[in-house]
Amino acid sequence: MVQLLIHNNMEILAIIAAIAIIASLIADLRKTWVGIKKGLMLFLKILPAILSVLILVSIFLYLLPNEIIVDYLGKDAGLTGYVFAAIAGSIALIPGFIAYPLAGILVKTGVSYPVIAVFITTLMMVGILTLPVEIKFFGVRASLIRNTLYFFGAIIIGFLIGLFYLL
Amino acid sequence: MKEILKKNRINFLIISAFTVFVAISFIFDFSIGENIFKEQFYSFFKEMILFLPVMFILIGLGDVWFSKEKVEKHIGENSGFKGVLFVIFLSMAQVGPLYGAFPVTYLLWKKGASIRNIFIYIGAFCTIKIPMITFEIGFLGWKFSLLRTLFSLPIIIIISIFMEKILKSKSFEVKQP
Repeated sequence: MVQLLIHNNMEILAIIAAIAIIASLIADLRKTWVGIKKGLMLFLKILPAILSVLILVSIFLYLLPNEIIVDYLGKDAGLTGYVFAAIAGSIALIPGFIAYPLAGILVKTGVSYPVIAVFITTLMMVGILTLPVEIKFFGVRASLIRNTLYFFGAIIIGFLIGLFYLL
Repeated sequence: MKEILKKNRINFLIISAFTVFVAISFIFDFSIGENIFKEQFYSFFKEMILFLPVMFILIGLGDVWFSKEKVEKHIGENSGFKGVLFVIFLSMAQVGPLYGAFPVTYLLWKKGASIRNIFIYIGAFCTIKIPMITFEIGFLGWKFSLLRTLFSLPIIIIISIFMEKILKSKSFEVKQP
Protein backbone atom coordinates (compact mmCIF):
# COMPACT_ATOMS: atom_id res chain seq x y z
CA MET A 1 0.00 0.00 0.00
CA VAL A 2 2.68 2.46 1.03
CA GLN A 3 4.83 1.27 -1.86
CA LEU A 4 1.95 1.93 -4.21
CA LEU A 5 1.36 5.34 -2.71
CA ILE A 6 4.94 6.48 -3.13
CA HIS A 7 4.96 5.10 -6.63
CA ASN A 8 1.88 7.14 -7.55
CA ASN A 9 3.11 10.22 -5.78
CA MET A 10 6.37 10.03 -7.64
CA GLU A 11 4.56 9.95 -10.97
CA ILE A 12 2.35 12.86 -10.00
CA LEU A 13 5.38 14.83 -8.84
CA ALA A 14 7.18 14.06 -12.09
CA ILE A 15 4.20 15.41 -14.04
CA ILE A 16 4.04 18.55 -11.88
CA ALA A 17 7.78 19.06 -12.32
CA ALA A 18 7.52 18.60 -16.09
CA ILE A 19 4.69 21.13 -16.33
CA ALA A 20 6.58 23.61 -14.14
CA ILE A 21 9.77 23.25 -16.20
CA ILE A 22 7.95 23.63 -19.53
CA ALA A 23 5.99 26.67 -18.29
CA SER A 24 9.18 28.20 -16.97
CA LEU A 25 11.03 27.47 -20.25
CA ILE A 26 8.33 29.20 -22.27
CA ALA A 27 8.38 32.21 -19.95
CA ASP A 28 12.14 32.62 -19.71
CA LEU A 29 14.83 30.27 -21.00
CA ARG A 30 17.72 31.76 -19.06
CA LYS A 31 15.87 32.03 -15.79
CA THR A 32 14.80 28.39 -16.06
CA TRP A 33 18.37 27.27 -16.56
CA VAL A 34 19.48 29.29 -13.53
CA GLY A 35 16.67 27.73 -11.48
CA ILE A 36 17.49 24.16 -12.49
CA LYS A 37 21.17 24.75 -11.77
CA LYS A 38 20.30 26.27 -8.40
CA GLY A 39 18.11 23.32 -7.48
CA LEU A 40 20.71 20.75 -8.43
CA MET A 41 23.44 22.65 -6.57
CA LEU A 42 21.24 22.69 -3.49
CA PHE A 43 20.73 18.95 -3.95
CA LEU A 44 24.50 18.34 -4.07
CA LYS A 45 24.96 20.47 -1.00
CA ILE A 46 22.41 18.54 0.99
CA LEU A 47 23.30 15.08 -0.36
CA PRO A 48 26.12 14.29 2.12
CA ALA A 49 23.80 15.04 5.04
CA ILE A 50 21.02 12.92 3.55
CA LEU A 51 23.40 10.01 2.91
CA SER A 52 24.83 10.04 6.40
CA VAL A 53 21.37 10.24 7.97
CA LEU A 54 20.34 7.29 5.78
CA ILE A 55 23.39 5.35 6.95
CA LEU A 56 22.75 6.05 10.62
CA VAL A 57 19.06 5.21 10.27
CA SER A 58 19.92 1.98 8.43
CA ILE A 59 22.23 0.86 11.21
CA PHE A 60 19.80 1.96 13.91
CA LEU A 61 16.87 0.15 12.32
CA TYR A 62 18.97 -2.98 11.86
CA LEU A 63 19.99 -3.03 15.51
CA LEU A 64 16.55 -2.13 16.82
CA PRO A 65 14.00 -4.84 16.07
CA ASN A 66 10.88 -3.67 14.25
CA GLU A 67 8.65 -5.01 17.01
CA ILE A 68 10.13 -2.62 19.54
CA ILE A 69 9.55 0.38 17.28
CA VAL A 70 5.98 -0.73 16.61
CA ASP A 71 5.37 -1.33 20.32
CA TYR A 72 6.52 2.15 21.33
CA LEU A 73 5.61 4.25 18.30
CA GLY A 74 3.11 2.11 16.41
CA LYS A 75 -0.68 2.10 16.17
CA ASP A 76 -1.31 0.84 19.69
CA ALA A 77 1.53 2.68 21.36
CA GLY A 78 -0.67 5.00 23.39
CA LEU A 79 0.40 8.22 25.00
CA THR A 80 4.14 7.49 25.39
CA GLY A 81 4.61 7.48 21.65
CA TYR A 82 2.99 10.90 21.27
CA VAL A 83 4.89 12.42 24.19
CA PHE A 84 8.15 11.12 22.78
CA ALA A 85 7.30 12.44 19.29
CA ALA A 86 6.27 15.87 20.64
CA ILE A 87 9.43 16.32 22.72
CA ALA A 88 11.72 15.11 19.93
CA GLY A 89 9.97 17.35 17.40
CA SER A 90 10.12 20.45 19.60
CA ILE A 91 13.81 20.15 20.35
CA ALA A 92 15.19 18.77 17.10
CA LEU A 93 16.41 21.16 14.44
CA ILE A 94 16.13 19.02 11.30
CA PRO A 95 15.53 20.57 7.89
CA GLY A 96 12.50 19.26 6.01
CA PHE A 97 14.72 17.77 3.30
CA ILE A 98 15.92 15.27 5.86
CA ALA A 99 12.89 15.08 8.16
CA TYR A 100 10.46 13.92 5.47
CA PRO A 101 12.59 11.09 4.04
CA LEU A 102 13.19 10.01 7.63
CA ALA A 103 9.47 10.14 8.40
CA GLY A 104 8.79 8.08 5.27
CA ILE A 105 11.19 5.37 6.44
CA LEU A 106 9.71 5.38 9.95
CA VAL A 107 6.17 4.98 8.59
CA LYS A 108 7.37 1.97 6.59
CA THR A 109 8.94 0.39 9.63
CA GLY A 110 5.62 0.62 11.42
CA VAL A 111 5.51 3.97 13.20
CA SER A 112 1.90 5.17 13.06
CA TYR A 113 0.83 8.20 11.04
CA PRO A 114 -0.54 10.10 14.09
CA VAL A 115 2.81 9.78 15.90
CA ILE A 116 4.62 10.94 12.76
CA ALA A 117 2.12 13.80 12.46
CA VAL A 118 2.88 15.01 15.99
CA PHE A 119 6.60 14.78 15.31
CA ILE A 120 6.40 16.64 11.98
CA THR A 121 4.09 19.40 13.23
CA THR A 122 6.09 20.08 16.40
CA LEU A 123 9.28 19.98 14.35
CA MET A 124 7.95 22.65 12.00
CA MET A 125 6.13 24.86 14.48
CA VAL A 126 8.07 24.75 17.75
CA GLY A 127 11.71 25.76 17.98
CA ILE A 128 13.31 25.38 21.38
CA LEU A 129 16.85 25.57 20.01
CA THR A 130 16.05 28.64 17.91
CA LEU A 131 14.34 30.37 20.84
CA PRO A 132 17.32 32.69 21.48
CA VAL A 133 17.07 33.99 17.89
CA GLU A 134 13.33 34.43 18.16
CA ILE A 135 13.63 36.33 21.44
CA LYS A 136 15.89 38.87 19.74
CA PHE A 137 13.05 39.73 17.36
CA PHE A 138 9.89 39.21 19.40
CA GLY A 139 11.06 39.54 23.01
CA VAL A 140 10.93 36.89 25.73
CA ARG A 141 7.21 37.04 26.46
CA ALA A 142 5.91 36.80 22.90
CA SER A 143 8.40 34.07 21.97
CA LEU A 144 7.49 31.92 24.94
CA ILE A 145 3.78 32.41 24.33
CA ARG A 146 4.14 31.58 20.64
CA ASN A 147 6.11 28.40 21.23
CA THR A 148 3.79 27.22 24.01
CA LEU A 149 0.64 27.84 21.97
CA TYR A 150 2.20 26.29 18.87
CA PHE A 151 3.25 23.26 20.92
CA PHE A 152 -0.35 22.57 21.90
CA GLY A 153 -1.57 23.56 18.44
CA ALA A 154 0.82 21.06 16.88
CA ILE A 155 -0.37 18.32 19.19
CA ILE A 156 -4.01 19.09 18.32
CA ILE A 157 -3.19 19.00 14.60
CA GLY A 158 -1.39 15.69 15.11
CA PHE A 159 -4.36 14.19 16.93
CA LEU A 160 -6.80 15.42 14.27
CA ILE A 161 -4.68 13.84 11.54
CA GLY A 162 -4.52 10.69 13.66
CA LEU A 163 -8.29 10.60 13.93
CA PHE A 164 -8.56 10.35 10.16
CA TYR A 165 -5.94 7.62 9.93
CA LEU A 166 -7.19 5.47 12.76
CA LEU A 167 -10.86 5.60 11.89
CA MET B 1 32.99 21.87 -4.03
CA LYS B 2 35.57 22.78 -1.41
CA GLU B 3 32.87 24.45 0.63
CA ILE B 4 30.73 21.30 0.52
CA LEU B 5 33.68 19.24 1.75
CA LYS B 6 34.42 21.66 4.53
CA LYS B 7 30.87 21.90 5.83
CA ASN B 8 30.27 18.17 5.78
CA ARG B 9 33.36 16.79 7.46
CA ILE B 10 31.40 14.58 9.86
CA ASN B 11 29.04 13.44 7.11
CA PHE B 12 31.91 12.41 4.86
CA LEU B 13 33.51 10.59 7.76
CA ILE B 14 30.31 8.61 8.29
CA ILE B 15 29.94 7.94 4.56
CA SER B 16 33.53 6.73 4.14
CA ALA B 17 33.42 4.59 7.27
CA PHE B 18 30.19 3.00 6.07
CA THR B 19 31.58 2.43 2.55
CA VAL B 20 34.64 0.69 3.97
CA PHE B 21 32.48 -1.36 6.34
CA VAL B 22 30.14 -2.46 3.55
CA ALA B 23 33.03 -3.25 1.18
CA ILE B 24 34.75 -5.41 3.80
CA SER B 25 31.43 -7.10 4.63
CA PHE B 26 30.93 -8.10 1.01
CA ILE B 27 34.51 -9.33 0.57
CA PHE B 28 34.43 -11.48 3.70
CA ASP B 29 30.77 -12.45 3.43
CA PHE B 30 29.89 -10.79 6.72
CA SER B 31 26.11 -11.09 6.79
CA ILE B 32 25.35 -8.22 9.19
CA GLY B 33 27.08 -5.70 6.95
CA GLU B 34 25.46 -7.15 3.83
CA ASN B 35 22.04 -7.01 5.44
CA ILE B 36 22.38 -3.45 6.64
CA PHE B 37 23.38 -2.41 3.15
CA LYS B 38 20.91 -4.44 1.10
CA GLU B 39 17.81 -4.52 3.24
CA GLN B 40 18.07 -1.14 4.90
CA PHE B 41 20.30 1.38 3.18
CA TYR B 42 19.88 0.42 -0.46
CA SER B 43 16.10 0.03 -0.26
CA PHE B 44 15.78 3.56 1.12
CA PHE B 45 18.39 4.96 -1.20
CA LYS B 46 17.01 3.74 -4.53
CA GLU B 47 13.66 5.26 -3.77
CA MET B 48 15.03 8.68 -2.92
CA ILE B 49 17.69 9.08 -5.54
CA LEU B 50 15.10 9.46 -8.32
CA PHE B 51 12.82 11.54 -6.21
CA LEU B 52 15.13 14.12 -4.69
CA PRO B 53 16.67 15.76 -7.80
CA VAL B 54 13.17 16.39 -9.19
CA MET B 55 12.08 18.03 -5.95
CA PHE B 56 15.18 20.16 -5.80
CA ILE B 57 14.71 21.33 -9.38
CA LEU B 58 11.21 22.49 -8.37
CA ILE B 59 12.71 24.30 -5.40
CA GLY B 60 15.32 25.98 -7.61
CA LEU B 61 12.65 27.15 -10.06
CA GLY B 62 10.52 28.46 -7.21
CA ASP B 63 13.49 30.34 -5.86
CA VAL B 64 14.19 32.00 -9.21
CA TRP B 65 10.59 33.03 -9.89
CA PHE B 66 9.68 34.07 -6.36
CA SER B 67 12.87 35.53 -4.94
CA LYS B 68 13.17 36.95 -1.45
CA GLU B 69 13.78 40.40 -2.95
CA LYS B 70 10.44 40.20 -4.70
CA VAL B 71 8.71 39.33 -1.45
CA GLU B 72 10.33 42.21 0.38
CA LYS B 73 9.48 44.65 -2.40
CA HIS B 74 5.80 43.84 -2.15
CA ILE B 75 5.55 44.05 1.62
CA GLY B 76 5.05 47.79 1.70
CA GLU B 77 2.20 48.01 -0.77
CA ASN B 78 -0.54 46.76 1.44
CA SER B 79 0.05 45.78 5.02
CA GLY B 80 -3.53 44.82 5.80
CA PHE B 81 -4.83 41.30 5.62
CA LYS B 82 -4.72 41.36 1.82
CA GLY B 83 -1.08 42.39 1.92
CA VAL B 84 -0.20 39.63 4.35
CA LEU B 85 -2.07 37.13 2.22
CA PHE B 86 0.05 38.22 -0.70
CA VAL B 87 3.26 37.87 1.28
CA ILE B 88 2.12 34.45 2.46
CA PHE B 89 1.56 33.35 -1.12
CA LEU B 90 4.98 34.57 -2.13
CA SER B 91 6.70 33.11 0.89
CA MET B 92 5.09 29.76 0.22
CA ALA B 93 7.64 29.35 -2.54
CA GLN B 94 10.57 29.97 -0.22
CA VAL B 95 12.83 27.43 1.36
CA GLY B 96 14.67 27.62 4.62
CA PRO B 97 14.29 27.36 8.34
CA LEU B 98 11.94 29.35 10.54
CA TYR B 99 14.59 31.77 11.72
CA GLY B 100 14.86 32.98 8.14
CA ALA B 101 11.34 34.34 8.52
CA PHE B 102 12.05 36.59 11.50
CA PRO B 103 13.82 39.34 9.52
CA VAL B 104 10.82 39.44 7.16
CA THR B 105 8.49 39.97 10.11
CA TYR B 106 10.61 42.95 11.11
CA LEU B 107 9.99 44.46 7.68
CA LEU B 108 6.28 43.67 7.96
CA TRP B 109 6.18 45.31 11.37
CA LYS B 110 7.98 48.42 10.08
CA LYS B 111 5.38 48.75 7.34
CA GLY B 112 2.63 48.68 9.90
CA ALA B 113 1.36 45.10 9.85
CA SER B 114 -0.73 44.12 12.86
CA ILE B 115 0.39 41.67 15.52
CA ARG B 116 -2.16 39.20 14.23
CA ASN B 117 -0.85 39.38 10.68
CA ILE B 118 2.76 39.05 11.83
CA PHE B 119 1.96 35.79 13.55
CA ILE B 120 -0.23 34.54 10.71
CA TYR B 121 2.78 35.06 8.49
CA ILE B 122 5.04 33.15 10.91
CA GLY B 123 2.51 30.34 11.14
CA ALA B 124 2.12 30.10 7.38
CA PHE B 125 5.87 30.12 6.98
CA CYS B 126 6.26 27.11 9.29
CA THR B 127 3.44 25.04 7.90
CA ILE B 128 2.62 25.70 4.25
CA LYS B 129 5.83 26.06 2.28
CA ILE B 130 5.33 24.54 -1.14
CA PRO B 131 8.80 22.98 -1.50
CA MET B 132 8.30 21.24 1.82
CA ILE B 133 4.83 20.12 0.80
CA THR B 134 6.27 18.41 -2.27
CA PHE B 135 8.56 16.49 0.08
CA GLU B 136 5.67 15.73 2.36
CA ILE B 137 3.49 14.41 -0.45
CA GLY B 138 6.35 12.37 -1.78
CA PHE B 139 7.24 10.66 1.46
CA LEU B 140 4.03 10.67 3.47
CA GLY B 141 1.34 10.86 0.82
CA TRP B 142 -1.39 13.24 -0.37
CA LYS B 143 -3.79 12.40 2.42
CA PHE B 144 -1.33 13.30 5.14
CA SER B 145 -0.31 16.55 3.49
CA LEU B 146 -3.84 17.66 2.76
CA LEU B 147 -5.07 16.90 6.28
CA ARG B 148 -2.09 18.63 7.89
CA THR B 149 -2.50 21.78 5.81
CA LEU B 150 -6.27 21.92 6.33
CA PHE B 151 -5.99 21.56 10.10
CA SER B 152 -2.99 23.87 10.43
CA LEU B 153 -4.57 26.92 8.80
CA PRO B 154 -7.49 27.51 11.22
CA ILE B 155 -5.33 26.69 14.24
CA ILE B 156 -2.70 29.20 13.15
CA ILE B 157 -5.30 31.89 12.62
CA ILE B 158 -6.95 31.23 16.00
CA ILE B 159 -3.58 31.31 17.79
CA SER B 160 -2.64 34.56 16.02
CA ILE B 161 -5.88 36.27 17.01
CA PHE B 162 -5.37 35.07 20.56
CA MET B 163 -1.78 36.33 20.60
CA GLU B 164 -2.88 39.75 19.43
CA LYS B 165 -5.34 39.88 22.33
CA ILE B 166 -2.64 38.99 24.85
CA LEU B 167 0.17 41.13 23.45
CA LYS B 168 -1.72 44.26 22.46
CA SER B 169 -1.65 45.80 25.90
CA LYS B 170 1.90 44.61 26.60
CA SER B 171 3.69 47.04 24.24
CA PHE B 172 4.81 44.29 21.89
CA GLU B 173 7.19 45.17 19.10
CA VAL B 174 9.37 43.40 16.58
CA LYS B 175 12.97 44.46 17.01
CA GLN B 176 15.90 44.19 14.71
CA PRO B 177 18.81 42.62 16.59
